[in-house]
Amino acid sequence: MSDNAYVEVKNMTFSRGERVIYEDISLSIPKGKVVAVMGPSGIGKTTLLRLIAGQLKPEKGQIIVDGENIPALSRNGLYEARKKMSMLFQSGALFSEMSVFDNVAFPIREHCKLPEDIVRSMVLMKLNSVGLRGAANLMPSELSGGMARRAALARSIALDPDLIMYDEPFAGQDPISMGVLIRLIRSLNDALGLTSIVVSHDVNEALSIADYVYIMANKKIVGHGTPAQLAKDDSPLVHQFMAGEADGPVPFHFPSQPIEEELAEVLK
Amino acid sequence: MILDGLAGIGRQGLNFFATMGRAGIMLFNALWALPNIKKSWPLLLRQLYVVGVQSFAIIVVSGLFIGMVLGLQGYTILVGYGAENSLGPMVALSLLRELGPVVTALLFAGRAGSALTAEIGLMKATEQLSSMELMAVDPLRRVIAPRFWAGFLSMPLLAFLFSAIGIWGGYLVGVEWLGVDQGNFWGVMQAAVDLNRDILNGFIKSLVFAVVVTWIAIFRGYDCVPTSEGISQATTQTVVHASLAVLGLDFVLTALMFGE
Amino acid sequence: MNNRKTEIGVGLFISAGFIALLFLALQVASTGTITNGETYTLKAKFDNIGGLKVRSPVKVGGVVVGRVSSIQLEQLVPVVSMDISKDYTFPETSSLSILTAGLLGEQYLGLEPGFTMEGMDIGMLEEGAYIQDTKSALVLEELIGQFLFGQSNED
Repeated sequence: MSDNAYVEVKNMTFSRGERVIYEDISLSIPKGKVVAVMGPSGIGKTTLLRLIAGQLKPEKGQIIVDGENIPALSRNGLYEARKKMSMLFQSGALFSEMSVFDNVAFPIREHCKLPEDIVRSMVLMKLNSVGLRGAANLMPSELSGGMARRAALARSIALDPDLIMYDEPFAGQDPISMGVLIRLIRSLNDALGLTSIVVSHDVNEALSIADYVYIMANKKIVGHGTPAQLAKDDSPLVHQFMAGEADGPVPFHFPSQPIEEELAEVLK
Repeated sequence: MILDGLAGIGRQGLNFFATMGRAGIMLFNALWALPNIKKSWPLLLRQLYVVGVQSFAIIVVSGLFIGMVLGLQGYTILVGYGAENSLGPMVALSLLRELGPVVTALLFAGRAGSALTAEIGLMKATEQLSSMELMAVDPLRRVIAPRFWAGFLSMPLLAFLFSAIGIWGGYLVGVEWLGVDQGNFWGVMQAAVDLNRDILNGFIKSLVFAVVVTWIAIFRGYDCVPTSEGISQATTQTVVHASLAVLGLDFVLTALMFGE
Repeated sequence: MNNRKTEIGVGLFISAGFIALLFLALQVASTGTITNGETYTLKAKFDNIGGLKVRSPVKVGGVVVGRVSSIQLEQLVPVVSMDISKDYTFPETSSLSILTAGLLGEQYLGLEPGFTMEGMDIGMLEEGAYIQDTKSALVLEELIGQFLFGQSNED
């Protein structure tokens, strides 16, 4: 599988201050597939995307995107490499002082010297593919959450990237826009030949579109495989996550002293 | 106990230098590359509008009032020595040397500086800066640099406006209202005010203040903790730090320029 | 449309700034370009310069023709250098005195142009020349001292 990997993370360790986020993890994302990275919130799934994009640097290990080791790139090299990737942020991160149209046109105008009518047709096509052509002249503040995320998706595919990273695309969406997004992610991936990484904790949605799944917990990758393989996996961690049980190998409680002791101190 | 205190001071010192370092690196990265004129001009224009034009009214109104107060106070003091003919130079010199650059910088920190911090902080909190970076557009050059240049260019112009309007305000009160001789007001002023020593030095002061205030404002925004609390804290810090820096630097610059 | 408004606003702002600068430079600052135009240097020795300072004006009949550029001691004698506008030249017989504007005013140099006479070889003062005829500042204490001394002598 690693022959046609588009993104490959090798023995990577990352920590924030004292806290270790990842300890010696390795994973590979094959070209042209939708790969889901799942895990409980607070374990730094978004951090993984930022590491791949080169916004953060790992302590150890390599992160190879399309044959280039991201942490070792110079500032300019990094900016070149980023032209091939894009990311859909949880909040959408639309530029609030521009209209939806200008938002989608932004990467095109920044990177290509194209006449305005070509830019216009490109933007309208991208907006059409997410169903927001009619909203081109609205400001981001006038959009609903789901529409904002779709507009942001149009912006992230504006330059036809090779890799697109979705940060919690399903969080806080109503069922309709969730369904729309799932369909969009899948169809964009297949139509444009993208490689997609979806970071999510919504098990069912992520499983429904992913070709391959990684499950992370406790600074490690605890399981991986196709959705069908994972459903049969009997490792307790994977089971806990897939079934959504409150307590298990991933403890329900934040690390603390036993409650009896603490209460005893309070009552003394 | 003492060791703890010392360690605390040491940590504070290190933090201070680290912050200075980050601020320096940010400015360097934002400005070191030559901008693409065709792309940057509209951005600069927009920021000049936000930073300069929208500070216009507050500068004109404050300048007028401060000039009028100077005229009134100066007259009541000077008339006691029979020296009300020196009202012109008193108003003009206080405005050109001190009040013009300093008050403009303080107002600018409150009006434009805080807005810059809040805007950049909010862009950071809503991941707009991050997403720009991921679109391979450097936010330092796209967002930070035009705002810096707009501040740098606006402040001296605003300071000139402030001084000119202030002198006119002093004239209104001194000549039109209190009856100082008009010829004396302008004549004595012209004899006392020197193009190099007073106007040029005031200009240099306002340039220095422009760099410091704008730098602090954009850095506080860029470096803020990306939460609503962090942004409000950063905005307050901008106004406080920029004002203190302006007043402190004003003393140093005055000592360099006018001290014997 | 919106862009146009921005452009006009910024244009007005910049023009207002420059008009303010022009107003300051022309109406508020001294319009005499004595110190900015071309000048030549004259020097003079004094016994005592009193309160004369660098940048004090040099006046001929009340009109400013130059300014003091430096004051130094040469062999324990104060020497004053002046930048004089090239528009004016003075004969070698001119005299220079330190005067006071009003009772408490600033001190300045009064230049009294000397005579020129045909047939006599009187040149003009040139770059770096010394004015020979100088009158020092009046020092109030010496004046009073002389007055008292003179009084007691008469008794």
